[in-house]
Amino acid sequence: MRPALKSISDTHSGKAFALRFGGQNMLLDPAGVLFLQDFNALIVSDMHLEKGSSFARRGQFLPPYDTAATLDRLGALIEKYAPDIIISLGDSFHDDQGSHRLADSAINQINELAKNRRFIWVTGNHDPSPPEHLPGECANELSLAGIVLRHIANPQEKAAEISGHYHPCATISVRSKNVRRPCFACDGQRLIMPAFGVMTGGLNLADRAYHGLFNRSALRAYMQGRDQIYAIEAKNISGC
Amino acid sequence: MNLANTTTLESAAAFHLPPQFMGWFSAKGWQPRAHQLELLANAEAGKSTLLIAPTGAGKTLAGFLPALVDIVRRDKPKPGEIKRGIHTLYISPLKALAVDIERNLGTPIMEMNLPVRVETRTGDTPASKRQRQKIDPPDILLTTPEQLSLLLSHKDADRFFGDLRYVIFDELHSLVTSKRGHLLSLALTRLWALRPSIQTIGLSATVADPDDLRRWLVPQKIDEDQRSELVMVDGGAKPNITILTSENRIPWSGHSARYAMEDVLAAIKQHKTALIFVNTRSQAELIFRELWTINEDSLPIALHHGSLDVSQRRRVEEAMQKNALRAVVATSTLDLGIDWGDVDLVLHIGSPKGASRLAQRIGRANHRMDEASRAILVPANRFEVMECQAALDANYLGAQDTPPVGNGALDVLCQHILGAACAGPFFDDALYGEIISAAPYAYLPRETFDECLQFVANGGYALRAYERYARIRQTADGSWRITHPSVAQQYRLNAGTIIEAPMLNIRMTRAKTGSGNSGKPGQPGKPGQPASNAMRGGPTLGKIEELFLETLMPGDTFLFAGKVLRFEGIRENECYVSNAQSLDAKIPYYAGGKFPTTTYLSEQVRNMLEKPETWDKLPTQVSQWLGYQKHFSVIPKAGEMLVETFPRGDRFYMVAYAFEGRLAHQTLCMLLTRRMERAGARPIGFVASDYCVAIWGLRDFGAMINNATMRLGDLFNEDMLGDDLEEWLDESFIFKRTFRQCAMIAGLIEKRHPGKEKSGRQMTVSADLIYDVLRSHEPNHILMQATRSDARAGFLDVARVGALLARIKGKIIHKNLEQISPLAVPVMLEVGKESIASEETSDALMAEAAMSAEALVMEAMGQFF
Repeated sequence: MRPALKSISDTHSGKAFALRFGGQNMLLDPAGVLFLQDFNALIVSDMHLEKGSSFARRGQFLPPYDTAATLDRLGALIEKYAPDIIISLGDSFHDDQGSHRLADSAINQINELAKNRRFIWVTGNHDPSPPEHLPGECANELSLAGIVLRHIANPQEKAAEISGHYHPCATISVRSKNVRRPCFACDGQRLIMPAFGVMTGGLNLADRAYHGLFNRSALRAYMQGRDQIYAIEAKNISGC
Repeated sequence: MNLANTTTLESAAAFHLPPQFMGWFSAKGWQPRAHQLELLANAEAGKSTLLIAPTGAGKTLAGFLPALVDIVRRDKPKPGEIKRGIHTLYISPLKALAVDIERNLGTPIMEMNLPVRVETRTGDTPASKRQRQKIDPPDILLTTPEQLSLLLSHKDADRFFGDLRYVIFDELHSLVTSKRGHLLSLALTRLWALRPSIQTIGLSATVADPDDLRRWLVPQKIDEDQRSELVMVDGGAKPNITILTSENRIPWSGHSARYAMEDVLAAIKQHKTALIFVNTRSQAELIFRELWTINEDSLPIALHHGSLDVSQRRRVEEAMQKNALRAVVATSTLDLGIDWGDVDLVLHIGSPKGASRLAQRIGRANHRMDEASRAILVPANRFEVMECQAALDANYLGAQDTPPVGNGALDVLCQHILGAACAGPFFDDALYGEIISAAPYAYLPRETFDECLQFVANGGYALRAYERYARIRQTADGSWRITHPSVAQQYRLNAGTIIEAPMLNIRMTRAKTGSGNSGKPGQPGKPGQPASNAMRGGPTLGKIEELFLETLMPGDTFLFAGKVLRFEGIRENECYVSNAQSLDAKIPYYAGGKFPTTTYLSEQVRNMLEKPETWDKLPTQVSQWLGYQKHFSVIPKAGEMLVETFPRGDRFYMVAYAFEGRLAHQTLCMLLTRRMERAGARPIGFVASDYCVAIWGLRDFGAMINNATMRLGDLFNEDMLGDDLEEWLDESFIFKRTFRQCAMIAGLIEKRHPGKEKSGRQMTVSADLIYDVLRSHEPNHILMQATRSDARAGFLDVARVGALLARIKGKIIHKNLEQISPLAVPVMLEVGKESIASEETSDALMAEAAMSAEALVMEAMGQFF
């Protein structure tokens, strides 16, 4: 078998980007996870495990390898950051029955990842019920040192907030060439995480769905490059 | 329809033409032509036939004659007899062509008062009419390959085609080389299975290998080549083709041919109606605009390309038939045999890049075989001048370079298997037997078929995860059946092989700024202003690629449908634009559409280069240019490949004149740079043209070759096509694009799902992601196999790279120069204009757009303090 694709296997090698947000130091990893240094907490969002089988139920046979591949990536990052807490920020499963369809090997994998640390499943719109037969605890929202963590951003939220759900990605256009990449989107007040699952698509930051969530002048897209994060100002993001 | 007005050797009576036909011919003062009668005789003898004839030879009537005669002869239906099924199927690659034929066939049927009902069935046919056609089928049904597949996927196909006698394939040469052709060949096997006695009639323009098409038309047997009969009609009068001569300077590179516009307009003025063919839609927009800038007499000149709104295209076509236009700028949408008004001149902008394409296009200029068509080639740059001249010299309007039919694609096969299951239960052995009767699939191994079957059933993954969700399943009696009626519904929504790049509709709206009138020069709209919420939709102009739109900011202007448009914004699946005036409007680009120069033509150019005595025929500017090359560097012999190295700025360049066409050159570049990297030459960029490749880097390539730290023989060694190719292939963006197509055709990704519309762009992303997952977990999945063979044959032209490496072995001449050579100028002008997307370059672009370290520190300081 060929060596696995770089962007999937070498996730631990990327250079993280240091960001001060909500009074905390965080690292934005180019693999698409967030590390809160003071809490030694790793945040991952929108893993969409069992997306392949979710489609297969409707007769579209996407490859059945997405869960294992996503968990492998997560495993590499857990090795890199050795967190005490792992927070999965919702849509951990592509549908509410997802956790029931997990192969035994995947359940073992998750047990392994959760060993000796707290694993918190935040509920999402795809997976409103707590996952079954899996380690860890479940919550609708969390608060860490004044930062609110939830799956879908609340436009009324006054505190600093970290969420997922939208799968943000940004397009830049340099000399008539486009580059589109998943990104962390942040305006200093609110941070939206990119989707982590290997088979998750993205929604462009220019989309109307983001209206009212960001202070446009302060918005930055932290685009996921191959080995590092690129911070892009709003004026350089296509459509913003 | 164009009918015979020449007499023939045989007497029509000898073929027992029914009296209506005899009377009709003689009333017109005509006699059937020899090939029309020969076709009829073959048909009556129960044989299938391929008819190869140029435009204007009465091909269509020849094709329909056996059917018309047979319908007239058959017994009248008895009262109370159940409705008869279709007698003759006519398959055309274009909807418009089917409609055109219906109109033209109507005339003789009416004049002879034949009891024949002709109807069309295309994607545009209303549901009520389709339903009626099922219950009360016409005698002759004119349709498209996609519609045939759909008809065959219904349970009643057996009855619907129960009386089928003839299947006519029009423009067969253009159908067979694509995936559409593969799907059609499989549909034909179903017809053979339903009605073994049917006869096929193929109508084709001249092709390199008629035997390919003859095999295609009849069922193949294991280890035994089967061919249809062949009737060939000679080409008629030789076309009169010249190369445009211009007082203006011929550019080194580029494809716009702007320099020649005055001469083009002059030529239009001297003729009644001209067709101006271009190679790409972007070119069409540009040429149209250039012509109108100088069109002081306001001659009616129109624009026609595939992205324009249908209604607009129809208007142009109608105006053309009424001879109301003096010229139409058109892309290949007009390539196929639709009947036009009195076109008396074809202008071809740019090199036609291939002989058969030119022949087809020039054929449009004339509908009468006995008159010479008039055509003018307008080369866009100096290499194209040579290409055009070489083409003429080689007496070139043959068909030396039509592509081979090729092996049937596997994604298409998967789609066909699902379609077969939708029609009813099948046994795998029987279906396999059917499939290998199609010429493109005659050598399909049974194991490959089984893999495709497994893919259709449950995705075919080594990890048997999805068996419980199977779409088709083998039942106790051994037959395969669909597991749920929704599977058939799904199939019908997604059938077909035409996958377009994601496109958005362009809709007119009022300009955001100003009084609502079109902007005045010098008063462009304020850029960057967000599109108004009150944008209201006006007429649709056509479609444009989403990829291009993403490079635009509101307020930017671009050329479309011959207008300068101001980009206002995007709403849902529509792009809103307003009228504008701007001198620097952008030209939209469209994926694909650039043909590489064919092997045959490339060889002609190499031969021409070798012989300075032939240069006299070229314009002085070009022959002088070659003369300078001879003086400053070397002119390679036809069998050799010249490699030049020279420094320029702080970079070192290597230019290799391989003459194998753009696609093969791109592949060559990718492979060469990998090798040069390993040799320590530190290449940093490359560009490929139709004629040569240029690679640049940080170390002195020339010196490295001279002191043998880098050997050209090793660099261009044939083993390059081994591991290097495999490794690079899997990472290339071309591969991902190919995979997306295969995945959609095979049904892994749905084009459409009831009630769920996905935008094209989202689709692209997920296909890429699926590809990545599949590549790392099951690289030999059937779809990966399908993708690899597609990419090798299509986008990469691997075969031509292989031929090149074999051809130049031991025949590479190296010339180390102080500076750029004359021959290298064109490709050097392309440097920076085109580049290939890769992850590295994407990262470089992001780095360019990203905030500087200082800005980030400043911002961080602001946050910390």
